[in-house]
Amino acid sequence: MEKTIAGISTEELFASGHRACAGCGVALAARHALKAAGKNTIVVNATSCLEVFSTPYPETSWKVPWIHGAFENAAAIASGIDRALKTLGKRKDINLLVFGGDGGTFDIGFQALSGAAERGQNFCYVCFDNAAYMNTGIQRSGATPKYASTTTSPAGKLIHGKTEFKKPMPFIMAAHGAYVATANIAFPLDFINKVKKGLAFEGPSYIQVYVSCPTGWKFLNNMTIEIGKLAFQSNVVPLYEIEKGILTISKKPANKIPVKDYLKTQGRFKHMTEEEIKDVQDYTDDQWQRLLDLEKNKIRLF
Amino acid sequence: MERLADYINDGILKSEMIHAESEHSAISAALGAEAMGVRTFTATASQGLALMHEILFVVSGMRLPVVMAVANRALSAPINIWNDHQDSISERDAGWIQLYVESAQEALDTIIQAYKIAENRKILLPVMVCLDGFTLSHVYEPVNIPKQKDVDKFLPRYNALFKLDPKKPITMGPIGFPDTYMEFRKETHEAMLNSIEVIKNTNNDFKKSFSRSYGDGLIETYKINDADYAVAAMGTVCGTTRVVVDELRKQGKKVGLIKIKSFRPFPKQKITNCCKNIKGIAVIDRNISLGNEGALYTELRSAFYNQKKKPIINGFIAGLGGRDITLSHIKTAFNKIENSSDTEWLL
Repeated sequence: MEKTIAGISTEELFASGHRACAGCGVALAARHALKAAGKNTIVVNATSCLEVFSTPYPETSWKVPWIHGAFENAAAIASGIDRALKTLGKRKDINLLVFGGDGGTFDIGFQALSGAAERGQNFCYVCFDNAAYMNTGIQRSGATPKYASTTTSPAGKLIHGKTEFKKPMPFIMAAHGAYVATANIAFPLDFINKVKKGLAFEGPSYIQVYVSCPTGWKFLNNMTIEIGKLAFQSNVVPLYEIEKGILTISKKPANKIPVKDYLKTQGRFKHMTEEEIKDVQDYTDDQWQRLLDLEKNKIRLF
Repeated sequence: MERLADYINDGILKSEMIHAESEHSAISAALGAEAMGVRTFTATASQGLALMHEILFVVSGMRLPVVMAVANRALSAPINIWNDHQDSISERDAGWIQLYVESAQEALDTIIQAYKIAENRKILLPVMVCLDGFTLSHVYEPVNIPKQKDVDKFLPRYNALFKLDPKKPITMGPIGFPDTYMEFRKETHEAMLNSIEVIKNTNNDFKKSFSRSYGDGLIETYKINDADYAVAAMGTVCGTTRVVVDELRKQGKKVGLIKIKSFRPFPKQKITNCCKNIKGIAVIDRNISLGNEGALYTELRSAFYNQKKKPIINGFIAGLGGRDITLSHIKTAFNKIENSSDTEWLL
């Protein structure tokens, strides 16, 4: 585990020059995940922004073997690769990373991921959570936060954006017996260390990394990291790990800020009323308290 | 799959079995394993094949030589677990070679051949071996099981042209924009056309090694040389048709059978060549393209379109959802070749 950024590999396995939007959080996260995994890695990628912007044939950004099949089957393709590695006697030598967006993970790819985790497949699944189907045009996903305006949950006169809170994917994956961690692109060292831990774990590991999206969230593209920090400081995106059913909070904000300070930075929340902001604040406080209780009481979740 | 599980768990077959939670994931896992350069097999039927639909195109587009057995069964609704060809016929355009077999022996022999065809570097396409559900998949029939060493000689260890390997990183499954997508499709189509020759040669090689063959590998004919009329069909109904042909021949009728083994690629020329003197063909389809006609009927008529001398061709829909196709159904088809019009249902 690296204690400072000085320990992070300088080798770039995800080449620049790809077609991501300026300020894309996913591109950063993919680059960091590969720094954690190193050269001896195979990547399986679900259909997503990442897959599209990194492999416009005949160009590729990937300096490691990389495969994409479809939207919802990355974990199933990875299952085939995992067992093929076992057949070839190379399972211990090669890292297997699976990349999916939140739509490809929370929603359409959930069955394949659940099946693979149930089979105890050995891979590290990284979910790039930008909280909507950005690749197809900013449609609502199970990861979209309540009240966020997307193209399928627009802020209308009657209905103000998405009407449901986010699906608790990390807990669902923890219930499968996986090593689980949440991460945030604003904290690369923490993310890199968690990917390393996930890769070292015998069996399925699930890392959900929060990746700001200027295009989908409507903010200036020099604010990607800043918004990640605000999400952390407001406890909207807490950083924690679940190992063998025990939850540990990785980092607590030194100066907690109201969720309003986070929400107001993005166009997707600009329609929200004071009452709606209070609803999010209450929910966030309640969720945070739940994490604190779980950590304090050392309750074995699963 | 259940027998393979027995073999693996008894240590007879050295292989990894992935107990996928769905057919969609089963074919996806096969895709992943095949991309590692490992020989893979899966099997499905009916709704399971329909669930695989999306990934079938991905496997063929990525040129991964997966072999799959399809125990042909009807599609819902109404739900029906019995035999017809609607499942694989509905996957006609998925870019998989489709070989329909008549007997358990042919199923076994064709699976072995399928790997040789699929893995041929000029082809690199997945193969579906289509065997009639229940009629072949759930009955016992004595088969000659070839010796392992002979199979190993016929089908040496697989050496993939491309595979995922950190020592030589490649990108598989990139996005093809409008300026490249069509070339990928054209190349895949050409590989499919090239497979006609490879299927034929593989059938010949198989004959040399195991003394068994199935026509020319693409089509098989029965008493066709002097025939005036023939039934064209796929799968086990061909066995029933052979019996009818023998009966009618005893009555002095010059009839025969054209068994289409390879539906994709569709061996147009082979079919028209063997029908030079045929006056009429009754096509028996165990499927229906709703709103038009049986798929084999469409294909056969299209094959003869550019021929100067065309036989009368009529289509018969039979045996859907496990309905027996009896000797009398086939006799009816033969009797109606001259005077039937378009598609008739043999209920």
